[in-house]
Amino acid sequence: MCRMAAIKSKHPVSPALTLRMMLAMQKGHDNSGFAMVMQDLGGAFAEFKKFPLLSMACSSAGLERAEEILETMGFSPKFDYQPDVVNDPALDFKRMPHYVFRNYRYPEPLNVYHEHPTPEQKKLLLDTRLKLRKALSHENQGYVYSFWPDVLTLKEIGDPRDIGTYFQLWNEDHWLQARVISAQCRQNTNYKIVRYAAHPFFLEGYTLMGNGENTFYQKNKEFQQHLHSSYIGFESDTQCFLYTLHYVCEQLHWPLEYFKHVITPLTFEEMNDRADGETLRRIRQSLMHLEINGPNTVVFVLPDNRMGVVADAKKLRPYVIGRDDDMVVSASEVCGVNMVIPQRDTERDIYPGERETVVVNNALEVERWNQ
Amino acid sequence: MESVELQVQVPAKNNGNESKPANGNGNGRAFAIKPTYVRDPHPMDLPWKIAWNPETCIRCGSCVSTCTFGAIQSELQKQGQTLSAGPVPKPVDASQIILAIKQVSDTKHYCRGCSMCEKVCPTNSIRPVENEHHRFPLVARHGASPIKRGGRGHHIPIRVLDYLKVGRISQMTDPSLDAARHTFDLLTPLGRGLPADELPLKVENGKLVPSGWTPPLRWIYPVMIGDMSVGALSWRMWEALALAVAYLNEEHGMPVRMSSGEGGMPNRLLKSEYLKYFIIQIASGHFGWNRIIKAMPEMATDPAGILIKIGQGAKPGDGGLLPAEKVASHIQAIRGVPKADLLSPPNHQGLYSIEESVQKMFLSMNAAWKFRVPVAIKVAASSTSVAVFNNLVRDPYHIVGGYFLDGIQGGTGAAHEVSMDHTGHPILSKLRDCYLAAVDQGKQGQIPLFVGGGFGDTGDLAADAFKAICLGANGVFSAKIWLQLAGCVGNEKGRCNACNTGHCPVGICTQDPRLVARLDVDTAAQNIVDYFLALDVELKKLMAPIGNSTLPIGRSDALVAMDKAIAERLQVAYAC
Repeated sequence: MCRMAAIKSKHPVSPALTLRMMLAMQKGHDNSGFAMVMQDLGGAFAEFKKFPLLSMACSSAGLERAEEILETMGFSPKFDYQPDVVNDPALDFKRMPHYVFRNYRYPEPLNVYHEHPTPEQKKLLLDTRLKLRKALSHENQGYVYSFWPDVLTLKEIGDPRDIGTYFQLWNEDHWLQARVISAQCRQNTNYKIVRYAAHPFFLEGYTLMGNGENTFYQKNKEFQQHLHSSYIGFESDTQCFLYTLHYVCEQLHWPLEYFKHVITPLTFEEMNDRADGETLRRIRQSLMHLEINGPNTVVFVLPDNRMGVVADAKKLRPYVIGRDDDMVVSASEVCGVNMVIPQRDTERDIYPGERETVVVNNALEVERWNQ
Repeated sequence: MESVELQVQVPAKNNGNESKPANGNGNGRAFAIKPTYVRDPHPMDLPWKIAWNPETCIRCGSCVSTCTFGAIQSELQKQGQTLSAGPVPKPVDASQIILAIKQVSDTKHYCRGCSMCEKVCPTNSIRPVENEHHRFPLVARHGASPIKRGGRGHHIPIRVLDYLKVGRISQMTDPSLDAARHTFDLLTPLGRGLPADELPLKVENGKLVPSGWTPPLRWIYPVMIGDMSVGALSWRMWEALALAVAYLNEEHGMPVRMSSGEGGMPNRLLKSEYLKYFIIQIASGHFGWNRIIKAMPEMATDPAGILIKIGQGAKPGDGGLLPAEKVASHIQAIRGVPKADLLSPPNHQGLYSIEESVQKMFLSMNAAWKFRVPVAIKVAASSTSVAVFNNLVRDPYHIVGGYFLDGIQGGTGAAHEVSMDHTGHPILSKLRDCYLAAVDQGKQGQIPLFVGGGFGDTGDLAADAFKAICLGANGVFSAKIWLQLAGCVGNEKGRCNACNTGHCPVGICTQDPRLVARLDVDTAAQNIVDYFLALDVELKKLMAPIGNSTLPIGRSDALVAMDKAIAERLQVAYAC
């Protein structure tokens, strides 16, 4: 089972917290990697929140190719952070030659900055990321994870502890800080793992990670591949959950609560007792290929930085949300939460139910909706 | 029972000089010798030969009176024997007249192997034996008449479903479910599905609410009773099916649906609340539709659906056929026809192109029920199935409510044997092709796919249905198996299959009141209900190991094929 840790904090915090959570939850050996998406950034990137931030790991040729593409498209670098690394050969970790965390200016005429990207800017950023990904896909030239304002992604394969050491993530005063961090370490079930298969995944402001097996992966994938140009890759079955969230909220513009109705529909018996049963049955028919029907907990972050959790319809995967006044910390096991906020009132912990959607807003208020 | 007196003939004088018997064989056994011509029909030419044991037979006559085909008859036969009599027993040639059971040799009254004689024989003295070296196809076209048959074809070299196994089991990576404890949602849609972005929904106070018309939709059980008409079936068999369907719905909450077949429905049923459990079929002969249309103003509820029958898997390219022998007075009444062979045309008259199928038939049938009832179409599986499906998927009016594909292993009440055995297309590859065509267009689920033709042939319908669902079917329709549960003895190996004759030995495919009386309606209905309930458990026992509580429609990753060619053709993993 993948280990998941998510933090939503009033103040920027270090990813060291999530690393500690990961180690607390680790059982047995683990060298398949560590991945995280940080949003609402502090630290070195706090001044550049409106400038699209490219997160990429690549070879020298890949870097050259990416810079050429970006320059040709009219993007210009605004801020570049080269992480100080501990280059110890003993670290159990498959490193890439370059890690790029770089803010760019939009090309003209889109070179204006708002709190959130405009539709034209969103399209440009998405198209650019897909273009970079495609260009760098040859000969292992690199991996392009995200290109979005105020979002930083790091994914690596190896021992999570050593990955943390290499990037000095254990240092809590690190240059990387964020108010929203989603992190995941996967269990070793596939030694051919590629970096793109590591969640959390990011798409147009939506971040998502999940644990468990998506038993409808094939159905999800076959259906999603025609829904949007960005629904590609499918290196992981968890990607499907992100695409469904994006489709429901961003393409269909349905309220968030319908995400749960799509992935874990109510039983027909329950629908029959509801006033909106007919609507739910229609949704079920139209989107039956987006149902998940496996053991999964899904954790997501929305473009406005609200964080949410939903479980599968049988509550086959655990997840717990703990909180104090300054942060909401959630994890796939309670020992993970205990690593960060051991003194909290555990009676206020939330174990999302099989029909629940739990959403943490930016004031750290927790909303719980029953499906 | 006919009694026969044994006559023992003993010579009056026994001095050793008696004359030899007329046949001159020297042993005193007298048989009449009739000339035999090689052209004459003989049991050796027929597919089944009767094996009769005169030693154990008690001559009760049950077999002869039970055989509905007139394939056996009794006759007196002189039998030579040696008797010993007198104070000093001395063997004496003699003969006796016995009652013998003899197989009829003509090609009209040939034995179908139904085994009813065997079933009724109190001493196990008679049974049909399959004749491996028969010459039936060579002798049965006498009179320039093609061979006709009912039942099913039996020239299918392999059964592909048996090469497919459920090979993706949830272990450790995800938990198997508990078939007995978890909740399973086994329903499947019948009716046009809209792409989500075309659903007429609007947001009001944070909720989605309907804002326009949506095509009619029914959530039904994924195994349905396929189309068999009143006419092809005896009214009691049809009634047993209808009873079972009503019971499953009313008492067990299982929304099993049944297609009427082309032949109308009883008036009382048409006007009852139970109509909602039935899919009314319209085929090229439009038989029964006069009544249906007249009943429409008095219908208490809508039917489950309308099924436009274009073709049938057992005899693709051919219309329905109800031989005059089966057009009894009540069939004449329900169909509004005289007693005659009822031949539905191979095509719907006036339907000249695929475009018209949507424009004319779908639109008119939708309009007839004011767009409240799903209208689906049934065609025989064919190399053209995907072309038809693609056309329907593009239906701009959203009125195509389902695509029923019927494979070569389907059954029929009556057909030319050449059609049954040599025309048609296996179902699974066409199912897969259609589903993948939908996948290619991102339209899977918009037109529900239902498949039939050979599902349940081995008696394991749940497994067959499950595999079809994994390959992309929304559900399956099956027909022969329900008849077998009522007592039909026909099978894929050529037994009986005399549904066309009107002489069904178990009262299922006949309108002869004496034969129909052999069928017990309540028992037949109960057997069908019991089977459905067992099937429901078995479906869950297949879903639980793959970790699914809803139907795995299109989840071909759950299957493996134990044959490379099948794996490649169906696009599932090969396993050995």
